[in-house]
Order: sequence, then C-alpha cells, then structure tokens
Amino acid sequence: MSEPLWRRALPRLGWLVLLILLLVLPLYVAPFWEQLGLFVFAAAIGAIGLNLITGTAGQLSLAHAFFLAIGAYGYSYLAGGQVGIGGGITVQGRGWPPLLAMIAAVAMAGFVGLLFSPISRRLRGIYLGLASLALVFLGQHVLQNAKAVTGGFYGRNAQPFSLFGFTFTDDDPPLTVLNVPFGQLERLWYLGLVLMILAYLFAQNLVRGRPGRALRTIRDNEIAAAVMGVNVRRYKAGAFVVSSMYAGLAGVLIALAFQRPVPDYFGLQLSITYLAMIVIGGLGSVRGAVAGAAFVTALPLILTHYSDSLPFLAQPGQSGVGPADFSNYIYGGAIILVLLAQKGGLAGLVNAVRERFTSRPDTAAPRTNPQHDPTGHASSESANKEAQQI
Amino acid sequence: MTYFGELVINGVSLGFIYTLIALGFVVISQATEVINFAQGSMLLLGAYVVAVFHTSLGFVPALLIGIAAGALGAFLIQAILVRGRGRVDPTALTIITIGVDIVLASELNRRIGQQVLSFGAPWGDNDVKLGPFTVPQARIAAVVISIVLVIGFFLAYKFTSWGIATRATAEDGEAAALMGIRRGRVAAIAWVVAGALATIAGVFLGLSPSPGLTNTSNLTALNAFPAVVVGGLDSTTGAVAGGVIIGVVQSLVDGYSSQLAFLGQPLSEVSAYVVMLLVLLWRPSGLFGTREAIRV
Repeated sequence: MSEPLWRRALPRLGWLVLLILLLVLPLYVAPFWEQLGLFVFAAAIGAIGLNLITGTAGQLSLAHAFFLAIGAYGYSYLAGGQVGIGGGITVQGRGWPPLLAMIAAVAMAGFVGLLFSPISRRLRGIYLGLASLALVFLGQHVLQNAKAVTGGFYGRNAQPFSLFGFTFTDDDPPLTVLNVPFGQLERLWYLGLVLMILAYLFAQNLVRGRPGRALRTIRDNEIAAAVMGVNVRRYKAGAFVVSSMYAGLAGVLIALAFQRPVPDYFGLQLSITYLAMIVIGGLGSVRGAVAGAAFVTALPLILTHYSDSLPFLAQPGQSGVGPADFSNYIYGGAIILVLLAQKGGLAGLVNAVRERFTSRPDTAAPRTNPQHDPTGHASSESANKEAQQI
Repeated sequence: MTYFGELVINGVSLGFIYTLIALGFVVISQATEVINFAQGSMLLLGAYVVAVFHTSLGFVPALLIGIAAGALGAFLIQAILVRGRGRVDPTALTIITIGVDIVLASELNRRIGQQVLSFGAPWGDNDVKLGPFTVPQARIAAVVISIVLVIGFFLAYKFTSWGIATRATAEDGEAAALMGIRRGRVAAIAWVVAGALATIAGVFLGLSPSPGLTNTSNLTALNAFPAVVVGGLDSTTGAVAGGVIIGVVQSLVDGYSSQLAFLGQPLSEVSAYVVMLLVLLWRPSGLFGTREAIRV
C-alpha cells in the first residue's frame, strides 16, 4: 500500500527547510543568537551521547559532565601551547594541529570511559547512576588541581580551531559572504552544525541498527538479551564508551564556544542538566535529544537576555525570582510532567501530533503498523512504551 | 595521638549524621525501590524551617516544626509523584525525584541566598573536654541523639508491624500486597521517616564546627550517597557502617590535609567518592548489601 507522494515528501521537505534555515541564519541574526546556536549544537551532541546510554540502553549515567570536561581540556591541552595565565600558573600544551587535537580528545574521552568499564558493565540502572557520581567529583578535584593542564580554578584558553590553514577566528583569513563579515562566531556556527549533523546521523544509524536493538533488549530485560545471544557486558561497556566519546566531542565544541572553559562549569549540575535534556526530549529518541538540548540550553539564556522586558523576573541584585531560577523551575517541572504523563517527551509529542493529522480512519492501516509512519520512525505508541520502560 | 583521637571522634559524629541521611535512602529504596535524589533538598527544607522559627519560638518547638515540615514535604512528594505508579520503572521515579530536587533546591537556594542561618541550639559553640580530647559540644550532642534515633529506628524496623511490612515489601512487593500489606501506607511512612531524619541531620550539619546552614548545605547530603553505596543500598546496618566509614575518612583526610597536600585541595569531598569506587570494585553491592540473585 503506497502513500500519496506529498505525504512521503512532506517530512523530507521539512528537514530541507530546517537545514536551509540553519545554513542562512548566521547571515541575519545578532551575535547573541549565534552564540546561543553554538551552545545548542554542542549540547545536542552531548545529549545524543547521553541518550545512547541512558535512553537506549537504560543505564542511568550522571558522569556526563566529567567526559565533557575531558573533551574540553583534552583539546585545550593538546592544541594549546605553553602559556603563563597569571597567578603564577603556567599551563603546558602539546601544540598539535587543532583537528588532530579534537580527534585525540574524543578518543581520550572514550578511553577513560573504557577504564570505567569494570564498574559500568557490572552495575545496572540506578546503581550505575550512583557510581557514576564518583567520576564527577573525582573530575572536579583533578580539574581544580592539575593546574598545568587545566589552568586550575580560572581555566585556560582554548586554542582556536583551524582546518588546513583556515582558522576559525575573526580575521585570519578575512572572509565576507554576501556582505556579511564572517567572524569567529559565524565560522564556529558552521563547524558546530556540521559536527551535530554527523553526530546525529551516526547515532540514528546506531540506534536503528543491530547495536540499538541489542541495547534496547538489554534495557528491557538483561537476561532475555543474554539468552538471545547479546553479549550484555560488552554492549554495556561499548555503549558507555560511545556515549563518552560523544561527550568528548561536545566538550571540544564547548571549549571553542567559551574560549576559556572553567572547571566549575563541569560539575554535577551540568550532568543533571544533560539528564534533563534527554528526559524532556524523550528518552530513546535521537531527535528528541536534540530538541531537548535546544530547549534546556536556550531557555535560561533567552530568559536572561530578555529579563529587562519580562516583568515577572527579578533583575540581578534584586530579590525575587531571577531568570536562572525561573528556568530551573520550568525544566525541573518539565522533567516531572514528562515522566508523570508517560509520554515520550518532545519527540512523543511531535509523533502524536503528526499521527493526528496524517492518519485518516477511512484509508488508515492499523495505527500500530510501523510502515504507516511516513518516515519509518517509531510511532508514538512505541515512544510511550519506551518512556514507561526506562 | 590526641589529635588523631579528636579527628576520629569528630569523624564518627559526622558519620552518624550521614547515617541519618543514609537510613532515609535505604528505607525509601526498600519500600519503593526509588533512590531519592531529593533527599538533599528535603534536608534543606526542614533545616530552613527550623532556622526561620527558632528566633520566635525557641529551639525545641522550632525543631519540632521543622521535622514536621520535612516529613510533610517528603509525604507530599511521595503522595503526589510516586504513589500509585507501581507499574512505572523505578528509574523513571528516580529521575522524577531529580526533577523535584532541581525545583525545590533552587527555590530554597534563592530564599537563603548568601545568608548563614543559625538554629539557636542550646549547645552553642562551646567545646567540651572528654578525657584528653577536646570536642565541640554540638558534635557530642549529634552523636548521642543520632545513636538514640538509630537504635529507635532499628527497633522499629525489627519489631513494629510497619517495620515487618516494609521488610516484607522489600523482599517481594507483590506477595506482600497479596498478604494484605498496604504498600501505599508502607511507602508513605518510609518517606515521612526519611524526611524527619533528614531534617535532624540538616540541623546537626549546620551546628558547630560548621558556621551554619548555607544554601549549599544540601550538597553535603550528597556525601550520604557514598555512605549508602559503601554500606550497601539495601542494608540498614550498612547505612550505619558506611556513614561512619565515610565520616571518619573525611575527618582524617581533612585533619591531615597539610601532609596530604601533594594530592591537591580540598580533599574531603573527593575522598568519600574514592572510598566508594574502591568498595565498588571489590564488592559491587556494598559491604553489607545482599548480592543480587537473578532468577529466570
């Protein structure tokens, strides 16, 4: 039973429009929005990674901030040079080409994830969450004290990225596209966009393919998975490594976006923020992770940006609810609501809306038939089921 | 040697404060299979209420109101968010408690701001001589009261019908329900007990030698996580042992920090987690936890 052409083409058209929009946006918007977009791209990559281990494989991890930090400081260390940063601290560096440093930083995050595997493959669900707390605190301690690598409390500068002689800085070489000068933010925007799309496609393939099926089986029932021939320990350790590598890549982008990452940023709060992203986006859905990352990252920044014109928010220095508090209420509340309603987060919402509009009783096959879904994604029923089962 | 002894005494008293928090974790996870990440903000809630009321009412009435507030808060979380959702996976409920913690902690942080709140406890900041050792009075009070509470808890857990019902629920929730045990009531009491214990722990954490209750006191409750994991998540004995181990280690590491300077500063927080990782490598279910047996 084939569907009308327009119904199959519509979602693809939607993706195309979104892509074009993201490509031309830097030509028009103010630097604030470019910075925001950069943070969203970085967070999206990190959230996709966390979603693999927590959403798909069902293993709660609170160590994500630690792996983000490895990416950020691994890159800064490998790409950077020996510089005095004040306070009597001299940070060391290896002076590698930035692209090589980025790849090595990602590999390093994966390797550290592998080192944790004696614990990560033996523990399940919540217990892994508790154990992974240790990495965050251990990481904070190392970041604050390994001053030669991280610069200590005030952090260190991240070497600007460059690719075959083209640097991602304001004016080397100067570049103007359609009368818009392309500075650091514009160039990094495209870097972040490309990396995010690659990360997205890779994760989609992984989740839809054999590894994704194995991980979901592990999440639903470890014994059943083992009986079916899934090597449970290897897959769990593997999922942890891949998710750490995603975090490493996100960390590199965060370092580039901040230009000077500070250790304090990579605390437990950050891990919880990433958890919020994937829960709000819809556990187990790659698209949901991206949407959740955008929501959770953008909300506090936008509220702060417009706090002058939002009468219910307090100004800095005033008592009352500030933008940061307010966004905490919203996304803390959103976590609770999403899990109470047992819907698959933003991803489930989109699927539900789409089904409402695309399925007509007279032509429709049974709604649970996955082939009916134009893009081949899981229908909202299965998204709901995933939400119940994590 | 005197210094060492003082550190151990301080560590044990800190450990018993952790034990109070850890017992809350254990009893909640036994009754509902949930790890309550909102324990830290429950602690802050109860202690904050004590700090608010102590000037007008005096310490003891304020403490009672605070305990009631902590218990009520815990009861509400349980009744609104956790209850009647037995078919939902405990991991989802655990993440719900993280959501509760985000909201509650940021609200309390905002209210407390930069203040350092005191409780007006009768012990003040005095030290007391205990043989050759000089120890803050408040810490002695913390140990004595905690031990009384812990013993009371153990007796209740062993002999009262609630204790038996909770243990039966932990063993096999469905069978317990079929035997006529009201799981909702078991869970509600578990949360109330945890909230009350957390409040008391919060008050002790804000007494000498610490300057008072601050907006980061809830993070100290996180140190009860290593305590619970070291002891074993399903063991009340483990909560006591884990609490004391973590408390003593932290106190010793703090006391000898000048000799340990090569490991970096500050050491006390990270030392708890290092102990936890070592124990996990050796015994994944903790020192006193029962090894999980999986039946097909």
